[in-house]
Amino acid sequence: MSHESLPPLLEVRGISKQFSGVQALDNVSLTLSRGEVLAIVGENGAGKSTLMRILAGVAQPTAGSIIVDGTPVEFTSVAQALKQGISLIHQELNLADNLSVAANIFLGREALRFGTIDQKRIDGESQAYIDAVGLDVPPQTIVGTLPIGKQQLVEIAKALSTNARIIIMDEPTSSLSEHESQKLFDVVRGLRSRGVSVLYISHRLHEIELLADRVVVLRDGKLSGELPHARIERANIVRLMVGRDVSRFYQRTPHAPGDVVATFNDIRTTKFPHRTVSFELRAGEIVGLAGLIGAGRSELLTTLFGVTPAVSGTAAIGDLRQPPRTVREAIAAGIMLAPEDRRRAGLFLPMSVKRNLSLPSLRRDQRRGFLNRAAENRVSAEMIALLRIKSASERQIVRYLSGGNQQKVVLGKWLCLEPNLLLLDEPTRGIDVGSKEEIYKLMDQLAARGVAILFASSELEEVIGLSDRVLVMHEGRLSGELGRAKLGEEAIMQLATGSADLQERIGA
Amino acid sequence: MTNETKPPTVVQPSGVERIFSPQGAKIWGIFGLLVAICLYTAFSSDRFLRVGNLENLVHRTALFGILSIGAAFVIITGGIDLSIGSLVCLVGVLLPYLLVKHGWSTPAAVVAVLGLSVVIGVIHGLLITKMRLQPFVVTLCGLLLYRGIARGITGDQSQGFGLGYKSLRAIATSRLPIFGSSADVFHLPATTLILIILAIVAAIFLNKTIFGRYLLAMGNNPEAAKYSGINVDRTTLLAYVICSTLAGLGGMLFVLDINAAQPSDFGSFYELYAIAAAVLGGCSLRGGEGSIIGVVIGAAVMVVLSNAINLVHPKYQNVEFAIIGGVILLGVLADELARRLVASRRETARHTRSK
Repeated sequence: MSHESLPPLLEVRGISKQFSGVQALDNVSLTLSRGEVLAIVGENGAGKSTLMRILAGVAQPTAGSIIVDGTPVEFTSVAQALKQGISLIHQELNLADNLSVAANIFLGREALRFGTIDQKRIDGESQAYIDAVGLDVPPQTIVGTLPIGKQQLVEIAKALSTNARIIIMDEPTSSLSEHESQKLFDVVRGLRSRGVSVLYISHRLHEIELLADRVVVLRDGKLSGELPHARIERANIVRLMVGRDVSRFYQRTPHAPGDVVATFNDIRTTKFPHRTVSFELRAGEIVGLAGLIGAGRSELLTTLFGVTPAVSGTAAIGDLRQPPRTVREAIAAGIMLAPEDRRRAGLFLPMSVKRNLSLPSLRRDQRRGFLNRAAENRVSAEMIALLRIKSASERQIVRYLSGGNQQKVVLGKWLCLEPNLLLLDEPTRGIDVGSKEEIYKLMDQLAARGVAILFASSELEEVIGLSDRVLVMHEGRLSGELGRAKLGEEAIMQLATGSADLQERIGA
Repeated sequence: MTNETKPPTVVQPSGVERIFSPQGAKIWGIFGLLVAICLYTAFSSDRFLRVGNLENLVHRTALFGILSIGAAFVIITGGIDLSIGSLVCLVGVLLPYLLVKHGWSTPAAVVAVLGLSVVIGVIHGLLITKMRLQPFVVTLCGLLLYRGIARGITGDQSQGFGLGYKSLRAIATSRLPIFGSSADVFHLPATTLILIILAIVAAIFLNKTIFGRYLLAMGNNPEAAKYSGINVDRTTLLAYVICSTLAGLGGMLFVLDINAAQPSDFGSFYELYAIAAAVLGGCSLRGGEGSIIGVVIGAAVMVVLSNAINLVHPKYQNVEFAIIGGVILLGVLADELARRLVASRRETARHTRSK
């Protein structure tokens, strides 16, 4: 490379970060050259986002140093990182929906004329950045009216306008369509040719194969390996990510599924009242629910749990003959849900592990309305032991547990009530690899004991690795079902994007 | 400095530990404030420790304490009730109005006014849960409505029992000779006995029943409560019913005690006293937090503070509100600063550990 003699644009030396007793980053070092696209990959909870937040000045490391252009720097705010030309484009965009593209690009740095905003100059100057990212809309366009892919380009234009030398993209394609993603890749390549460096975080490995000059893999907060351009291949990346053979990571005890325990017919959810969903689940079956973001997976699960009652439909589970109208009805029929956003809907963060675990079973164990302390202690002790919840004591406040242990608390809430049908929405989101494996094992054990499990996940590997069969959703309905033999990323994605349907229709 | 190696442990206190927990610290803090005001007043005025004054203090604490316990239940759900004072007024004028002006029998009148309070609580609860109206708005309308109705029914005329209904009024006025019957020993006001019973029942309800646990959990995170199968609407409704019922009971005791209720100002601002007492006593307006003993001490602080101003600085009576407001603000501020100090210490401890 031509810059060999210069110090790297960015060097990270021995960064560590610890919070709430969790070692999020442990002595991570890496370098980034000018005009390089460096992919950072790792499982959820591997420390990618923490590293990016530190580089962007959002969080401060507990140890280690950051060196930009050979000079050590210390960021205590986002503004200081911006000054060094480091810009973070967050997974959830930070744009003012009600303002124009130009106004967003120069937000906080508006050109003034006699003390008022010089709109003409802002519009004019923003054009160059709009062109640079290939955005084909006038600067006056209100951001809220743009599709999400174009909004992302506005963010990148905004970063360029601050003279960013390093742009950090955190899961930039997580809510983009295939076409929008391709467009984004072109923009990233354009940035590279302008000499801008990109730190690209993604867990979509095909994107990385397409885009990255080099790959750095994090695992459990540690650097687990680095791949030069020539060695960027899925298999190599995966091995570094999970540190073991993937097929052994998702272990299933073979057993024949039992009787049908739950039947749902023509279920209409409030989100997609014009679509119907029908399926049945057998005892001891693990069924994956796949689909793109917004396909209606979470809505289906919350409907089956009675949170937002179904518009219509019939069901047969326990004593229920229609889908549950309340959560209590669902629980009485043995349907229980570990929700997607466990901190918002699954946990009482300022309360203890014990109080969280025992809450749903208080009613069962009550003594004429009074708390049954003995039963409460027994339930929590059993669940802590069964799930191996790592907490200082049963009275530990849940807020200070790691994501994996928090998820175990959510599961424990329900396991003590012995569910027939366990609904899991993104059960391993944001938790470390070790806990993930434990949760997979637990799902397998529960299935072996006859519990039917329906789980929604955006991680295809997980869906493929765990499921006996997979239901795929597309725009609020089931677009297909795949048996274990036919499971594959391609097959799922075709059904999830609706392209398989399309082919059928063209063929007919 | 020693270097800790254990992981950070933040546990929910139980039993004796609760006394030294943040929640316990809050109660000790407000108790300390009460003791400080008492000591200051006792040293500044020889009238403070007189038996009559002390009896009057515990009597007034009981009346305001009853209202404050009701307010606390609503605040624990994360809601608010601004209609307490107006409901005190409505019940306060209706009871003598029905008995004296309309000749109702005593049981009928008492059942009617308490029943009305329950119904009002149910209406508040339904508007808040089924119609999804904000508690602030619903009870603000209640504040205006009930006082307006009270003034309308009575033609804005003061209502009282005159010289009659002595036995009924005894519920609020009698002093029980538990320490002997001579005039110079402390007699326990009957209202205080009522408060003690109510406080014990409320504390058992909040801490020992599943309903109380649901209430705390729901105030803490209504979404997670819903996802745990708790009937959030019914729990919320019950809290508003408790609050209005205790306000009605309080209104009854106030008018039985004073024997005159002027509709235009009877019970005026009492909702704010009740809310202030609940907040001083450790309830968070964000919900999910509160203790009955703390609230009762909070109510005592309000009453003693007012007494202190009367006894020590009678010329400052005009600025009584300002003084009370200032003291509450300081109390809440001190609590917040203490909380931050604890939080930052914990953070520092964590940093030293990781190095």
